Amino acid sequence: MAINSLDPRIKRADLAGASGFTALSEREHWEPYAVFHQDKRGEQHIFVGIVHAPDPELALVFAKEQFGRRKKTVNIWVVRSSDIFTFAHEDEDMFATIPEKIYREAAGYPVRKRINKYLHDLEESHK
Amino acid sequence: MYGNAYIEKDAKPISVENEDEEKLAAFEARITRGEKIEPDDWMPAEYRKQLTRMIEQHAHSEIMGALPEGTWITRAPSFKRKLALVAKVQDEVGHGHLLYSAAETLGKTREAMIGDLLTGKSKYSNIFNYPAKSWADIAVIGFLVDAGAIINQLANAKGSYGPYCRALERICYEESFHLKQGYDAFVALATGTPAQREMLQDAVNRWWPPMMHFFGPPDKLSVHTERLMRWKVKMASNEDMRQEFLEQYVPKIWELGITLPDPKLKKNEATGIWEYTEPDWDEFFRVINGDGPCNAERMAVRRYAEQHGHWVREALRSPSHAQEVPYA
Repeated sequence: MAINSLDPRIKRADLAGASGFTALSEREHWEPYAVFHQDKRGEQHIFVGIVHAPDPELALVFAKEQFGRRKKTVNIWVVRSSDIFTFAHEDEDMFATIPEKIYREAAGYPVRKRINKYLHDLEESHK
Repeated sequence: MYGNAYIEKDAKPISVENEDEEKLAAFEARITRGEKIEPDDWMPAEYRKQLTRMIEQHAHSEIMGALPEGTWITRAPSFKRKLALVAKVQDEVGHGHLLYSAAETLGKTREAMIGDLLTGKSKYSNIFNYPAKSWADIAVIGFLVDAGAIINQLANAKGSYGPYCRALERICYEESFHLKQGYDAFVALATGTPAQREMLQDAVNRWWPPMMHFFGPPDKLSVHTERLMRWKVKMASNEDMRQEFLEQYVPKIWELGITLPDPKLKKNEATGIWEYTEPDWDEFFRVINGDGPCNAERMAVRRYAEQHGHWVREALRSPSHAQEVPYA
């Protein structure tokens, strides 16, 4: 198929073989890796998205291109998406009572209030 | 880049008949509360289908949109313009990757999506089926097409599907550079020599009709559209987005003494609505269905890339198939 393109490179390219189309095989575009980006030493790596790669080494190369081409980056992790284990979002009610667990918080222990009451009572008893 | 991707002429009404009523009500209530839907959440089959199609078309548009601009990398007028164009084209392809990944969370594989693009089953934004004849076309694409894309994507970023919103957040951030470098190239020509101005005016004249098509024909008020908007799949009507585009960008073009090829185009100061000549929607559908000036070239180039990359992908997938005997 001759293509009369405005682009000299496309005109030169032999696109003849490109008219037929063979369906892509499953996972021909490899498997997904989750990418974790660190913008500053000392900070946590944060999940930023996915790349597809045939192996971890190439996943790092693609992650650098995709998530490290702007702003500051000091490090990147990649993890095979299939190696990530999660709870289901529909089970989020298992975390529902956590904000009620005030005994796990410093604010759950009003020490000063007790001292003030004690000092107040002491003062009263000396009157 | 993106635009009018959400095309379905003669759309069948969305059916939720077979859905569990209780689950559907809970799902819709979550969206109304502004919560995001995540891949492992329950969702109506139609929500999954419509979103998959929409994100997939968006991904294809990013990849195909890189083609008209890519043809000008080797012919950019200066080193700085070339660097900017290379960076922009790389961003667009990166956006394609982000969006394919977001669509994959809904269950369709990237291979299946690319397969549907290459067989013509799946569509991409119509505007990329027009040729970039001169450098001024690249300025017009970078400025106006990306401006349109930003309006569309900022709206969609407030949608209900978590992975799509997160991808769009990053995409919009990068698009702001695309728009600015396009505006810069546009202004450079508009404030340049008479020949440069003439070249720009010619490009604007040619890109204006596809730009008016960009957001798609006005939506029919239908149960279909109403449901998509309630599900926050579609976030703004096509006409609202077109009005916003005209409001923001027509004054910027006129300010430079560049004209637009529509004698009726003006803002009705009483209503605040931009009036224009009705775009040729027959042409719009003709081009979508394959009969545009560049459809064949775009598809051929994309197929060529896919086919010629096949052995590389295979080789990388099976590095154990190494050549063990010396070649010579």
